[in-house]
Amino acid sequence: MSTESIAWPSTTAASPSFVDRLHEWIVTVDHKRLGILYIVYALIFLVIGGVEATVMRIQLIRPHNDFVSPEVFNRMFTMHGTTMIFFVAMPVLFGFANYLIPLMIGARDMAFPRLNAFGFWMTAFGGLLLYFSLVGANGLYGAGNAPDVGWFAYAPLTSQTFSVGHSTDFWTLALLVSGFGSISTAINIVATILCLRCPGMTLAKMPLFAWLNFVMAGLVILAVSPLTAAQIMLLLDRYLGAHFFDTQAGGSAVIWMHFFWIFGHPEVYVLVLPAFAFASEIIPVFSRKAIFGYPVMVGATVAIGFISMSVWAHHMFTVGMGANVNTFFVISTMAIAVPTGIKIFNWLATIWGGKIEFKTPMLFCIAFLFQFLIAGLTGVMMSAAPFDWQLGNSYFVVAHFHYVIVGGILFTLFAAFYYWFPKMSGKMYSEPLGKLHFWLFLIGFHLTFDFMHVPGLLGMPRRIYTYEPGRGWDTWNLIVTIGVFFQTAGILAFLGNLLWSYYRGKAAGSDPWDAWTLEWSTNSPPPAYNFAVIPTVKSRRPLWDLKHPDDPDWKYE
Amino acid sequence: MRPRGSTNWYVPGSQILVWGCAAATAFGDTTPSPTNIFAPVSTPAKSIFGLSLFVLAVTGAIFLVVFTLLLYSVVKFRKRKNDDGREPPQVYGSNQVELAWTVVPVLVVVALFMATARVIADVQKIARPDNAIEVIAIGHQFWWEYRYPATGVVTANELHVPVSDASHPTPTFIKLLSVDTDHSFWIPRLAGKTDLIPNHPNRMWIDPHETGVYLGQCAQYCGTQHAKMLLRVYVQSRADFDRWIQQQRQPAALADAVSPGQRVFETTACLNCHTVAGTVANGRFGPDLTHLMSRDTIAAGAAKNTPENLRQWILNPAAIKPGSLMPAMQLSDQELDALTAYLETLR
Repeated sequence: MSTESIAWPSTTAASPSFVDRLHEWIVTVDHKRLGILYIVYALIFLVIGGVEATVMRIQLIRPHNDFVSPEVFNRMFTMHGTTMIFFVAMPVLFGFANYLIPLMIGARDMAFPRLNAFGFWMTAFGGLLLYFSLVGANGLYGAGNAPDVGWFAYAPLTSQTFSVGHSTDFWTLALLVSGFGSISTAINIVATILCLRCPGMTLAKMPLFAWLNFVMAGLVILAVSPLTAAQIMLLLDRYLGAHFFDTQAGGSAVIWMHFFWIFGHPEVYVLVLPAFAFASEIIPVFSRKAIFGYPVMVGATVAIGFISMSVWAHHMFTVGMGANVNTFFVISTMAIAVPTGIKIFNWLATIWGGKIEFKTPMLFCIAFLFQFLIAGLTGVMMSAAPFDWQLGNSYFVVAHFHYVIVGGILFTLFAAFYYWFPKMSGKMYSEPLGKLHFWLFLIGFHLTFDFMHVPGLLGMPRRIYTYEPGRGWDTWNLIVTIGVFFQTAGILAFLGNLLWSYYRGKAAGSDPWDAWTLEWSTNSPPPAYNFAVIPTVKSRRPLWDLKHPDDPDWKYE
Repeated sequence: MRPRGSTNWYVPGSQILVWGCAAATAFGDTTPSPTNIFAPVSTPAKSIFGLSLFVLAVTGAIFLVVFTLLLYSVVKFRKRKNDDGREPPQVYGSNQVELAWTVVPVLVVVALFMATARVIADVQKIARPDNAIEVIAIGHQFWWEYRYPATGVVTANELHVPVSDASHPTPTFIKLLSVDTDHSFWIPRLAGKTDLIPNHPNRMWIDPHETGVYLGQCAQYCGTQHAKMLLRVYVQSRADFDRWIQQQRQPAALADAVSPGQRVFETTACLNCHTVAGTVANGRFGPDLTHLMSRDTIAAGAAKNTPENLRQWILNPAAIKPGSLMPAMQLSDQELDALTAYLETLR
C-alpha cells in the first residue's frame, strides 16, 4: 500500500502521458508553442493544397484530358487558392513572427498571450470549417461539395442563384472566422513590438525582421477588415435579402471586386514582407556582413506598406473603369517597384564584399533574389494596363504570382525553416538532405513556373479545366506538369529532413550560425521564459558587439 | 520616347518576337498558335504590342544588369577554401549609392508610365465613328449572343465583322453586357480583353486589318463550363460581310408544310429557350437557331457543326459539354432524327 502511493506520483512527473502533453499544447499561451502550432498546422495544409495543385496539373497535362470533371477541377482551384493563401501562407508566416519577434526584441512573450492563443485557434477552426464543406456543404441529403467560386469569388457567381447549396457559405464563414484570428494576431504583433522591446532597443535598433513584421501587421489590420466586411455583406445577400452584390436587383458586381482587391493586393505584401524579413536576417549572416542601408530598408518597407494600399485596382484593368482610373492605378503600381527595387539592391550590396557560405538557408535566399527579380519585372509588365489587357487572367498571371509566392515567399520560407530549425528544435538539420531539397525544388519550380508564362502569351486563360488542341499550348502544359513531380519530391525531402532531424539530428547549440540577433543568445530550444535576464542592447547586432568588443557596431550607428 | 504616330520603330523587335513565338509553338505543335498576343492584326492589339515591346525592352535591360550583378557577386564573394576565418570589413550603407539606385528606377518608372498612359488613351478614349459597325455582345453561361442593332441580326458564338482597311477604316464597336455572371471577351490577335459584367455595360473596339477567322475564349471564370465558352471572330471582306448580314436578316427558310421535326421542336421545351425567326419559337435563354446551319460550330465552339454532333448534342449535351445549361431532351430515336433533320434545314 505504502509503496504504491509513493510510486504513483513519481512516474507521472517523469513522463507526462500523451493526453497531458496534448492538453498542454491545446491550452498553451506560450508564444513559442503557438508559433510551432501555426507552423505545423500550415505544413499540413501545405500538403493538402499541394495535392490539389497536382490534381489540376495532371488534368492539364494534355488537351481534352478527363482525369477529373469540370466541377471537381473548379473546386480544386478554389480550394487550392483559398488554402494556400489563408491556411498556409498567412499561418506559417504568423507562426514565425510569433516565435521569433519576442526572442528578437528581448521579450518574454507576446503582449497578449491569451489573444495569441485565440488568434491561432480561430485560424485553425477557419481551416477546418473550409474543409468541412466536403462533408457538410449540401447538408445531410446530398454528397459533400467544396466551394467552386474561385479564390476571389467574384459576384454574382456567389449569389444564391448561381451557387446553390452551402459550399459558398463554408468559404465565407471560413474566411470570416480566420480573418478575426488574423486581425487579433496582427494587433498582438503591433502591441508587442511597440511595448515590449528590451532596454536600449529603440525602433531604429530593432532587427529588420521586427520592422518588416510590424508593417505587415499594420497591413493585416487595414486589409483584412474590408475582406471581413465583404464576407458579412455576402452573407446578408445570401440569407437576409440584401442586394449589395445582387446585380439583378441593382447591386454591383464591381463593388465586390473593389472590396476583395483592397484586401487582396495588400495581402500580397502581407505575405511578401515577412519573406523579406527572412531574407534580411539570413543574407547578412551567411555573407558575414551587416545589412546594407538599414534606414533605407526601413523606409522602403514603410513606403511599400503605404503604396500597397493604393494599387488594388490593377487587378481590375479589364473591368471597364475608364481610362483615367486605369492611368492612376498604373502609376501607383509602377511606383511600388521603386522601394521594392531598393530592397533587392540593398541585399545585393550586403552580399558585395562578403564571404558567402552556401549553407541551405543561403542557397534558398540566393535563389529568392534571382526569382524575385523576375517576379518583380513580370509585375512591371502587367502594371502597364494595356499589356495587362492581354496578360491579365491568362496563364502569364498565374505564372507571375506563383513566381512571387513560390519563387519569392516559399523559397525564403524554406530558408527560414532551415535557419531557425536548430533554434526551435535544438537539433541540427541534415545539410545533404537540405541541399537535395533545394536542387529538386529549384528544378521543379523552374520547369513549372518558367514555362507557365508561355501559354499565357499564346492566349490560354486561367481556370479552364481543359483546352483545345492546336493552340500551341500542349507541350508547355506537359513541361509545367512534369515540374510538379520534381517539386513534390523536393517537398518530401524537406518533410523527411524535418522529421529525421527532429529525432536523429545532432545537438545544435545555442548559436550554430555565429549570428547576431538576440534569439541566438538563449538556449535551443529556448526556455519558457526566453531569457534568464532581460538583455540590454546598444546596437542592431547585440551579439556582434559581444563577440567583437574591440569593434562594436554601436560606434558606427 | 517614340514620336507619336510612328509605328515602324519596333519592326525589328516585332520580327524577333513573332519568330520567337513561331519557334515556341513549332517546338510543340506543327501550326503556329492562332491566339498569339504577339501577332496582332487590329489597331488595339497592335498598340498593345508596340507598348509591350517597349516594356519588354526596358524590363529585359533591367533584368540583364541586375542578374549579371547578382551572379557576379555570388560567385566573386563566395567563401574561399583558404579563408583566414576573419570577418569581412563591415559596411553599413552609403547615401550616395542609395540615392543613385532610387533616382534611376524613378526615371525608368516615369518613362514606362508615360508610354503606358498614351496607349491607354489611344485605345480607350476613341469616339465611335459614324461608319462603325455596332454589335452588342451578351455573355451567357456558357455561350455568346451577338446582336447587330442597325440591322436586327441576332446570332450566337460566331461574330462576323468586316475587314477594316487603312484608307477606309470600318471599325467594329462592341457593347459588352452579361445576363448572368462575369465573363470576359478576349480575342488575343484583335484586342486585349474586356469584361462582361451584369449591370455594368462595357465597350471595346476592333478594326481587323486582315480577313480570316480569329479565335479566343472567355477569360473570366463564369462557372462550370468556363473552359468551353469559346470565341470565333470571322473577319470578312465588306461584300462578304454585307451578304452575310442580308442572309441573316431573313426569317428561317421553311417548307410550306410543317415538318415532323419542327413539330417536335415546337411541342417540347426547345422553344422555351431558342428562337427560330418566322415560327412560334421565340425563347431567349439559349442561342438563336434561325440560321444554325450557317455556323461552323455548336455548343459555343465545343464541337463542329455536323449532323452527328448535333444529334449527340440534343441527346446528351453533357457528353460534349458537361455542366452546360442545355438539358438532355429525352427524345425517342425517331423524334431525334426528325428534329436533327429540321435543324439541318435552318440555313
